[in-house]
Amino acid sequence: MRKKTRVLLGVGALLLVAVACAPNATQSSLDPQGPYARKSYDLFVPVFWVAATIFFLVEGALLLIAIKYRHRKGRDRIPPQIHGNTRLEIAWTILPALILAGVSVPTVTTIFDLARKPAGEVMNVNVLGHQWWWEFDYPDQKIITANELHIPTGIPIYVTLCAVGNGYDHIPAPSVCEPGPPDGQPPAPVGNAVIHSFWVPELAGTQDVVPGRANTLLLQADHPGTYTGQCKEFCGLSHAYMKFTVVAQTPDDFAAWVRGQQADAAMPLSGSLAATGLNEFVNGACIQCHAIQGVEDPNGNPLVQNGGPNLTHFASRACFAGCILSTDEDNLRKWLDDPPAVKAGSWMPDYGLTPQQIDAIAAYLLTLK
Amino acid sequence: MASVSVPAGGGRGRGLLARPTATTGFWSWFTTVDHKKIGILYGITSFAFFIVGGSEALLIRLQLARPDQNILKPSVYNEIFTMHGITMVFLVVMPLSAAFINFLVPLMIGARDVAFPRLNAFSYWVFLVGGIFIYSSWFLGGAPDGGWFGYAPNSVVDPSRGMTFYAIGLIITGIASTVSAVNLAVTILNMRAPGMTLFRMPVFVWMSLVVQLLLAFSLPIITVGLVELLFDRRFGTHFFDPAAGGDPVLWQHLFWLFGHPEVYILVLPAMGIVSEILPVFSRKPLFGYQFVVFSGIAIGFIGFGVWAHHMFAVGLGPVANTAFGISTMIIGVPTGVKIFNWLGTMWKGDIRFTTPMLFAIGFVAMFVIGGLSGVTHAVVPSDYQQTDTYYIVAHFHYVLFGGAIFGLFGGMYYWWPKVFGRMLSEKVGKLHFWMMLIGFNMTFGPMHILGLQGMPRRIQSYPASLGLDFWNLVSTIGSFTIALSVLIFIVNAVSSFRKPKGMEADPWDARTLEWSTTSPPPEYNFAEVPVVHSLDELWHRKYAETEGGRVVPVAAGGSGTEAHPPQGDGHGIHLPGPSYFPVLASIGFPVLGYGIIFNWPLAVAGVVILLTGLFGWALEPSAE
Repeated sequence: MRKKTRVLLGVGALLLVAVACAPNATQSSLDPQGPYARKSYDLFVPVFWVAATIFFLVEGALLLIAIKYRHRKGRDRIPPQIHGNTRLEIAWTILPALILAGVSVPTVTTIFDLARKPAGEVMNVNVLGHQWWWEFDYPDQKIITANELHIPTGIPIYVTLCAVGNGYDHIPAPSVCEPGPPDGQPPAPVGNAVIHSFWVPELAGTQDVVPGRANTLLLQADHPGTYTGQCKEFCGLSHAYMKFTVVAQTPDDFAAWVRGQQADAAMPLSGSLAATGLNEFVNGACIQCHAIQGVEDPNGNPLVQNGGPNLTHFASRACFAGCILSTDEDNLRKWLDDPPAVKAGSWMPDYGLTPQQIDAIAAYLLTLK
Repeated sequence: MASVSVPAGGGRGRGLLARPTATTGFWSWFTTVDHKKIGILYGITSFAFFIVGGSEALLIRLQLARPDQNILKPSVYNEIFTMHGITMVFLVVMPLSAAFINFLVPLMIGARDVAFPRLNAFSYWVFLVGGIFIYSSWFLGGAPDGGWFGYAPNSVVDPSRGMTFYAIGLIITGIASTVSAVNLAVTILNMRAPGMTLFRMPVFVWMSLVVQLLLAFSLPIITVGLVELLFDRRFGTHFFDPAAGGDPVLWQHLFWLFGHPEVYILVLPAMGIVSEILPVFSRKPLFGYQFVVFSGIAIGFIGFGVWAHHMFAVGLGPVANTAFGISTMIIGVPTGVKIFNWLGTMWKGDIRFTTPMLFAIGFVAMFVIGGLSGVTHAVVPSDYQQTDTYYIVAHFHYVLFGGAIFGLFGGMYYWWPKVFGRMLSEKVGKLHFWMMLIGFNMTFGPMHILGLQGMPRRIQSYPASLGLDFWNLVSTIGSFTIALSVLIFIVNAVSSFRKPKGMEADPWDARTLEWSTTSPPPEYNFAEVPVVHSLDELWHRKYAETEGGRVVPVAAGGSGTEAHPPQGDGHGIHLPGPSYFPVLASIGFPVLGYGIIFNWPLAVAGVVILLTGLFGWALEPSAE
């Protein structure tokens, strides 16, 4: 019976290895797509094999001893009382210590490697963790976006991480990530910010987003593509729904994307449904939290972002609401009708919009390419 | 001097209440100070919580069986996984270990009871009311939903009342553990029978001693954190609020500086149990007793120096991460030593595969896996990927279920005849073991893969697009296999009571003193306090070694023989009398707790109850 189980365990271990190498997972730490993720992976793999070797040796010894020294019927002899063997015991104290000392060398060098800001060109991005969505602030390009982080391939992205409150609790606090508001506006409130963790496994290991601290993280993509990530540290009700994607583009495509994002929002044709939507947007509750660059409030002032995602180029992003919904009309209607029903605890409440208002606002938002 | 049972009518002493007199019957359980009865109470209570915590685990696995499910909505899911963690750590593994320690330590060191019997009862009742207090939150505004680790500031800004219950409830159960830690450490250091030197103590007693010291030094740290959390939530302080100069990372340091020694608090008793079972069923002494003891002590010490390996992603900087990565690797060494010594114990033995032995071997086999995956966390850059994923969930379940729970089940099968005077069925027990082993590996083995494939912890659902469906389904099936195996155990346990009592004193041909007295032991444990001459005292009473290393039975040795009658009549043995006051005083704590949450006069009432209990206790002579 024991043998059978051992065989099962062995098969299980092999399966683990096999599946671990399967290429189809889309958020897998075993499929690194950039140099920083690869550093973690290149340490994990050899350590895994060392561990696997020890596993087979120890479990094999256990199995062998269990079989060889099993009690046999009719034998009533009591085995010699061996109390120990000092030499042997010193040996098996030193041997694991030596193996671990060997493992510790590349571990330590990689720790310092990953903590060092590269000397050459980097691109700076501030990543802001909200309950429960990610905001991306490009200080050099003067772009603010959400849910979808665009990066150029081939250069390191130097990410500064900070946690922000939801905007209902204005306690001014020093924030290292100067987020949305233009000069003269108070920095983002930390108030009821909580801890998140920024993780896009194919591009980098995780780094926590801690209120009151500015952690940094390096990530880089080798090739253009879309990489998924999500919040990894429990952050309250909708922790499971705090996702994002990283869109890596060639430097040229990225530059084109930057130009597009820097432009003011598109203005709907007058008389269209979208124009009605814009009217609802600026005259309703939307502008309490959301900003759209190029749009003015009824008093003629530019909109100020205050807790909600910047919507200037909303429809250029493939997903919204913490990247749990793809950007299309149906999803938008569902969301506008009752956000907390779609995403538990959503700080955007159900405003009781009429179906006509929903249609109009959805139509407007979808013009914001 | 009173005899074992206090004569009826002799109760009117100097105290507040008439002294309880019953030592048998239902109500006697409320006033008992007998370490064996208290051990049984700990066992039954923690097993009941095991059923509850296990049911919560099944709900988690149901919710995660398929992608995009909504069987439990996020608010409920967060409560369930939080309560699963709190329950299993604080209300199952800790008190289940306490059950073994309470019952066995005095018997193993040849004592008649613990050093402070009423304090022992008090520990149990405080633990019980603390557990009930935490669970009452389900009906009083919602259970804790910020994770068992309760990270601030989320645990502070969380609008539900649950995290206030969490803070107060864990302070209450912490009081229980602190009190019992002092009590048991004093017992082990001061109550040993003549000749029972420290290095003649069974390894289980050694591990119990290390655990009590770990508890005594680590619980104050979490208590500081919990008090700060309570003050932040209830009285508007800002310990963890960066906007007001606080620091959320402070909580993490306080929590894990307790939380990591806690891991060893959970697993060392099971290691002690395994170190008792393996020699008995290999019919050999423990290989390298001193090495095992010293590595246990080393684990206890180093266990205080590894806490920040739970925080590699927090941003403590490369120097701190290096230091804690290396200290974590160092703690792997004494752990490895134990594994090799257990293998050495079985080597050249005469191994009998009884149910306790199977669980002990299962412990070793599973703990190796948990230990090795633990080493991969010490490789810090690798942990940047694994932290907070299901890989971690897999790892610590291999340590705490494959380790602690397997060891504790082994202990139940091993000492059941001693505790209840009846055997558990070996046949049913083996079925239990194999089902649990298979179910366990099905449940937690695939979680390694899920974590590496990118499944974070504590998520209420996952999308189909991530390719996580298959292993999650396997894991869910595995969890129900475990549940079935636990049902089999319950059937085994219940049906054991239909067998006649009357187990012999030493059914396993064991090595330690608890097997020298009757099964179950009399209230006074030993009619005559044993005099100890060696490690494995009982074995040396039964067997002798010839010059050539051959082992021969000693004529008239062992237990239950004419030479060492295990059962005297107990006449004239002075035992502490039962008392109402431990249970009375303990009730003060939850009342005070509800008072802090709901209404201040209630808090005053709680303090009054507590003080009344302590006052009566102080006036009551320890025995009459």
